[in-house]
Amino acid sequence: MKFYLKILLLFITVHSSLFSFSQDVTGLVNKVKAKLDKVNDYTATGVLKTDVAFIKAPVSKVIIYYKKPNYFRLKKNGGISILPKGGISVNMGSIIGTDNFTALDAGDAIVNKIKTKVVKLLPNDDNSNVVLSTLYIDESNFLVYKAVTTTRENGTYELTMQYGKYADYGLPDKVQFSFNAKDYKLPKGLTLDFDENTSTDEMNKLKNKKGKVEIDYTSYTINKGVDDAVFK
Amino acid sequence: MWQLLQIELYKIFRKPRTYIAFGATASLIVLLQFGLKVDGQEYADFMLQSLGNFDVQGKLLNGYMVCYIILQLMLVHVPLLVTLIAADMISGEANVGTLRLVLSKPYSRASIILSKFFATCIYTLLLLIWVAILALFVSILIFGTSDLFLMKSQYIVLIKQDDVFWRYCFAFGFAFIALVTVASVGFFLSSFAENSIGPIVTTMSIIILFTVLGTLNLPVFNAINPYLFTTHMVTWKEFFDEKVNANNEAISGTIQNLPSILHSLLILCTYIVVLISATIFIMKRKDILS
Repeated sequence: MKFYLKILLLFITVHSSLFSFSQDVTGLVNKVKAKLDKVNDYTATGVLKTDVAFIKAPVSKVIIYYKKPNYFRLKKNGGISILPKGGISVNMGSIIGTDNFTALDAGDAIVNKIKTKVVKLLPNDDNSNVVLSTLYIDESNFLVYKAVTTTRENGTYELTMQYGKYADYGLPDKVQFSFNAKDYKLPKGLTLDFDENTSTDEMNKLKNKKGKVEIDYTSYTINKGVDDAVFK
Repeated sequence: MWQLLQIELYKIFRKPRTYIAFGATASLIVLLQFGLKVDGQEYADFMLQSLGNFDVQGKLLNGYMVCYIILQLMLVHVPLLVTLIAADMISGEANVGTLRLVLSKPYSRASIILSKFFATCIYTLLLLIWVAILALFVSILIFGTSDLFLMKSQYIVLIKQDDVFWRYCFAFGFAFIALVTVASVGFFLSSFAENSIGPIVTTMSIIILFTVLGTLNLPVFNAINPYLFTTHMVTWKEFFDEKVNANNEAISGTIQNLPSILHSLLILCTYIVVLISATIFIMKRKDILS
């Protein structure tokens, strides 16, 4: 009888400690969310850098539009932009924009010399596009410095953020977005590049590299309204 | 020499066949523009399927892109149209029996042959300007401008719109040298024949044969491909490729493979010089009977 009592006590202790951990990190995520909730919309200007092995694209100025709950649009003034599908729009608002998740404590980690709490977010909605998100949260400022998100359709993305003068709103000055870029090859009949002679070394360099897209935000205009037509 | 050139130009532009090339290129370009205006988005979507996990936003099908598509298709066919005039320059005179009369003028044979060749070059230049007006400027009017997005078989190049126009200027300049090379082949063959059909068909056959050899990409032909003028005629596309820096950012205003362009120019110019010199040499020694 004593033995069973001990087991029961142990179970209650472990369960309650896990529950309290879970409550702690849920509270932390909610605080981050509350900070982000201060932003209803923004228009930002920035510089877009694309680093994908098989894409030669110049650095270009872009305008970024965001509106609650989950509208995100990046526009290059009069130009063409190449962005990972559904990826660059994965921002903090879209990751923790809902209350319908389970947060788990996954320890501590250092990101960019900043001590962070690692939180695993599991969406409760079975149909959610996001399968799992791991957030690295600075507990003192309620800022997410890194997020690794696995989606159903577009694989795993990693976002790394740096903050500056817009940190009070939880808006980063710099976002680096990493993803696995699949190989690219187009039949020569389609491109009409029958003469193209890329060497094997060059071809190998273009394969199996991680892709990166970086946005350096230069300014934000926050909560001044954004026309819905921008997102169409 | 200037007087001879004027006479040769008068002869070229008096013939109705001269205008076939202008009409043919105009109808082909207008048809392509019409097709791309109506169904261009489907064409673009089809091309973008291979990009898989990427979204391309912006005006993909703009005037610069349309011009590139047109040039890719046309610069295989325009040489055939240049041949119609170039291969007729000497043999056409022989055919109608005026060659002996022309060569009896108080000018050296070299001057007469060179004036015929320069007249052919001017015709080629005018045809190319015509193509440039229709393919580039009219396309810009119809489709507008934006960045140039090019899907090559191994990679994608995105060139900023303010970095495109000069590339077209150089590409057309290069295309001029390429077409003059074709004209030189026709001109050279023209010196052997008594009628123009033979050299015209032979020049066209050479272009087709060389193009097929280059396209097959078989090891047995790879050894001779670098010496075929058709291999180098398409090097104009190199103007539409940029260098990247250590961070893989494309550097505006650069050309990825300038030595390749210069090498091709050297080969093409060598063809021109050798063929025209050979034509002068042959014509100087030729006993003109017609």
